[in-house]
Amino acid sequence: MESTIISSKNFNAYFGANHVVKNVSIEIPQNNIIAVMGPSGCGKTTYLRCINRMHELIPGATTEGEMKLHKDNIYEMNPILVRLRIGMVFQRPNPFPNLSIYDNVIAGYKLNGMKLQRAERDNIVEGSLRKAALWNEVKDTLHKKGTFLSGGQQQRLCIARAIAMEPEVLLLDEPTSALDPISTASVEELLFDLKKNYTLVLVTHNMQQAARVSDKTAFFYLGELVEYDKTKEMFTNPKDNRTQSYITGRFS
Amino acid sequence: MMNPKLRYRLVKSKSVEWIIVLFAFLITVPLIAIIFFVLKTGISKISWHFFTNIPKPVGEAGGGIANALVGSLLIVLVAALIAVPIGILCGIYLSENKDSKLASYSRLAVDVLQGTPSIVTGIVIYFWLVKPLGTFSAVSGSVALAIMMLPIVIRSTEETLKLLPSSLKEAGLALGLPYHKVILRVVVPCGFSGILSGVMLSVARIAGETAPLLFTAFGNPYISTNVLKPMQSLPLLIFNYATSPYEEWHDLAWGASLILLIWVLLLNITTKLITRKWKVQL
Repeated sequence: MESTIISSKNFNAYFGANHVVKNVSIEIPQNNIIAVMGPSGCGKTTYLRCINRMHELIPGATTEGEMKLHKDNIYEMNPILVRLRIGMVFQRPNPFPNLSIYDNVIAGYKLNGMKLQRAERDNIVEGSLRKAALWNEVKDTLHKKGTFLSGGQQQRLCIARAIAMEPEVLLLDEPTSALDPISTASVEELLFDLKKNYTLVLVTHNMQQAARVSDKTAFFYLGELVEYDKTKEMFTNPKDNRTQSYITGRFS
Repeated sequence: MMNPKLRYRLVKSKSVEWIIVLFAFLITVPLIAIIFFVLKTGISKISWHFFTNIPKPVGEAGGGIANALVGSLLIVLVAALIAVPIGILCGIYLSENKDSKLASYSRLAVDVLQGTPSIVTGIVIYFWLVKPLGTFSAVSGSVALAIMMLPIVIRSTEETLKLLPSSLKEAGLALGLPYHKVILRVVVPCGFSGILSGVMLSVARIAGETAPLLFTAFGNPYISTNVLKPMQSLPLLIFNYATSPYEEWHDLAWGASLILLIWVLLLNITTKLITRKWKVQL
């Protein structure tokens, strides 16, 4: 039996009076890829941003209910510590434009003022870039600015930056929506490799992507969690009518 | 044969284009004329001697503007030391709190401050600093100039930081950086070239200000580095000597005008070069 790493119970999120995530209860097992899919505006990104407490940074945004990392309530922990343990990759690649590739990878340490030995730093940079399948492409240009890379490379750099902090969970908010098909394929392949060491939560509006890479899929519709099941099960034998309509393309 | 209507439109379009080009050219004429005139009159007055000596008494030829150069540099430096930290911090606040009430009042205050006549600033500082201290002083001049610098530094900082994408801040926060480190180590470095250009332009702007110094720094015929005492500055020297009846002093004023003009031009040009070189590619 796999152990649960993140669990939410009756979780709600609001923007002011706008109720965007409604009573969501999910248990996310360790070392899995969980896809969160649904049409635009269904609250999937908001739910994701609630997991590492990025949601509350928006003025007027509030949450309610229980969200746990292992046994600890995320909303009683220090948000900084939460974000160190739960990394995030955004929709658009956002490497720090003023830093080199090398410094981007260790940005979490460097900008936080955590001191590292030179050898240790080199190790983290090489290890993270290897895990992000970017090492071979950038090993000779580590001291160039990260923004000189292509979009797909930048996104992998952002993944390297997130995993350099050794988080337990990695949240990915439509990480391939700004990328071309080839970069998308390489990022997807990478997600598969990362599963060994991390738990991944992947928001996507692309059903094929959810079907390709995930172990379990959650389907959100209008802020509600409609269905949550093994991906295979969900795509071959959906329990709910709305899921059925969505995966057969009756609404998007 | 071309359709006459179409032809009329093409002609109209061409003539408007020419008018625009003409005006774009005309805008450079006043600057070129000023530079040319000051250069022509001032260049002959400048020599090594001109930089290293202080003005001679009336009736004696020669003399230089060393006292004004030293004074101007010091007064502007102190003004920048006062205005730059306050201005940058205030600009950060305004860009980070776009909708707060305080920010909207503060923005209004900055706008009004920008429009305040410099002579009014000068006379207020006279009552606030010069009278209580009992003497004209360079530092009171610096305070008056700092007040003039503030709106420029604040606005340019605010505008620069506002243009940075919020995804940059989120990237920092998602890595577990506390808010203040996101501001200090991500936002400010990424906007550095814009902030710096605002600072340099504000320095260029106040370098030639005369009115606020009239009742504050006052002027001094000798080299002084004591900021609590009266001090000479280039614009004050130009004002005082150009309005005097003595030919030798007019020469000094022309030379000083040229130096001041070159100083401001160089500041503007280096600002352009630096911001281009250090601009962070987003």
